[in-house]
Amino acid sequence: MNAALTCTTAPDNTLAVALAGDWLLGNALPGLEPVLENLRKSPAPAGIAFDTAELGDWDTALVARLVSIRRDAEAYGIAVDESGLPEGARQLLGLAFAVKEREGARRSARDIGIFEAVGEKTLRVVARSRDLLAFLGELVLSFGRLFRGKATYLRSDLVQYVQEAGAEALPIVSLISFLIGMIFAFVGVMQLENFGAGIYTADLVAVAMVREMAPIMTAIIMAGRTGAAYAAQIGTMKVNEEVDALTTLGMDPMDFLVTPRVIALIVMLPMLSLYGSLMGILGGTFVGLSMLDVSLVQYASQTVNSVGLNSLLGGLFKSVVYGSLVAIAGCQQGLACGNSAMAVGQSTTRAVVMSIVLIVVSASILTVIYINLGI
Amino acid sequence: MQVGTAHIDARDITIAYGDFVVQRDLNFTVNRGDVFIIMGGSGCGKSTLLKVMIGLKSPTQGDVFYEDVPFWASGEDERDAMKRRFGTLFQSGALWSSMTLAENIGLALKQYTALSDAEIREVVNYKLMLVGLAGFEDYYPNEISGGMKKRAGLARAMALDPEILFFDEPSAGLDPISARLLDDLILELRDSLGTTVVVVTHELASIFAIGNNSVFLDADAKTQLATGDPKELRESHPNEIVRAFLRRGVPEANAA
Repeated sequence: MNAALTCTTAPDNTLAVALAGDWLLGNALPGLEPVLENLRKSPAPAGIAFDTAELGDWDTALVARLVSIRRDAEAYGIAVDESGLPEGARQLLGLAFAVKEREGARRSARDIGIFEAVGEKTLRVVARSRDLLAFLGELVLSFGRLFRGKATYLRSDLVQYVQEAGAEALPIVSLISFLIGMIFAFVGVMQLENFGAGIYTADLVAVAMVREMAPIMTAIIMAGRTGAAYAAQIGTMKVNEEVDALTTLGMDPMDFLVTPRVIALIVMLPMLSLYGSLMGILGGTFVGLSMLDVSLVQYASQTVNSVGLNSLLGGLFKSVVYGSLVAIAGCQQGLACGNSAMAVGQSTTRAVVMSIVLIVVSASILTVIYINLGI
Repeated sequence: MQVGTAHIDARDITIAYGDFVVQRDLNFTVNRGDVFIIMGGSGCGKSTLLKVMIGLKSPTQGDVFYEDVPFWASGEDERDAMKRRFGTLFQSGALWSSMTLAENIGLALKQYTALSDAEIREVVNYKLMLVGLAGFEDYYPNEISGGMKKRAGLARAMALDPEILFFDEPSAGLDPISARLLDDLILELRDSLGTTVVVVTHELASIFAIGNNSVFLDADAKTQLATGDPKELRESHPNEIVRAFLRRGVPEANAA
């Protein structure tokens, strides 16, 4: 039977609310408008009573409605007589009002204007930049402790980070670098053949890979692979209070969690980048030999002559810079993580975005510097 | 729907992680309207048994019968429909951190009932009042304390007015008064709505205050040692391990 609610006013001006039918969570329930209308009437009802003779099955859907009625009645200063309700409903209703609402707990949603929103965002950017600077300061101090042999960290952790950021990244770095080398070679062959300068494809691939592409591509791979992992690991440790546990034992989270990770990436990224250059040149050779009329010896000597020590060292230096940026972004976002699963996701996203932006910006700056220095 | 008839029936359940058997040959019956306690020392497999009962881990042997319908032998769809009649309170609340308390509690209502948003709000408000969290609708889980998370988790478990409520260590981490209020609430839900309650706990005060039926699991024997009313088990169960557990290890001669 459908739930129904009817209001009648008794001769003594009490409002009799008759509840009928099944009041269940899955059912359509009648609104409370009739009751509210009666409450607003003047003269106001002397009280509210319930008639549940026709009431069928009920669950907390009914009780939730009764809570609303009682609240509204209290707002109008009208007494509610609950004796007409089933015993169980009365108990559950009483239980709901047993604990007083904590004062000041309720929040009201507040609309903020555009100026306030812009201001808040700006302040947040300023605060974040300050956090990042503070983090960099802490990192420098932590490295100082490390070199003085005063930092607490597990050597086995460091070995594991090196393994994760190095050997385990080889497959993906191989694949991506090899393909990028091939793409460069394709472009080179297509364009340079027009001038009959096809052999310079070897120079193009080698210089591009060693100086720019290998460092940038491995850094971006590592940002998605390892930087994100750092942010998620440290962020989850923060949520689980593991970082607090370290602090209470007198171990600095910077020394224990951050510095070993930064070292791992700074050491491994140049190596990966070097390896990536080789793979890229290999991919380029593959394309060059199959599309150009040159021998392997010719192509190889052209490649060797094109890459000087300056290019090699310049590329490696870039990798060191990118590696530290990726590690710093990952660890900083991890430590700045909030207290929930959602916050871990946000800091991981931020770590990757921040890494990539920092990589590309610093790549531009370094390239300009290199050109001016004639490297 | 008579109180006192069998509601949950565990038959010959064996639980194992790989080759490691946690518990074997579990047989017990939970009647409708029971407050059923799963008790035993730490690490005896209480929580694992609960996982088997709510569908998170399949038993190696045997099955759980809900009103004589086998749970694990049923198809995925039937099992999902059965699960909708359960409510579970996890040990630390397990609230979804990206949602406010109101959204946490309202999710199941939104998915499985035809209630309007305003009606959902009303029900959510009531459930939060029941657990003493009125006014905290728009808080996120990380903004409230551990005990409050637990109570909010209970409000979420009760969202759909489940026939069976499962509690994993409900009073762990609560202050004595909150724990007592929670016990009262459990009894009240049982009395008013006829909810069957299954509680995993080793809190003796709670066991005697609310439990009227139980199963005692033992880690060494790897099976149940007793089943029945915990108060009777304490007085007259033949197995000394069971009596000692229920008397906090105090020898009977000294027990008050």
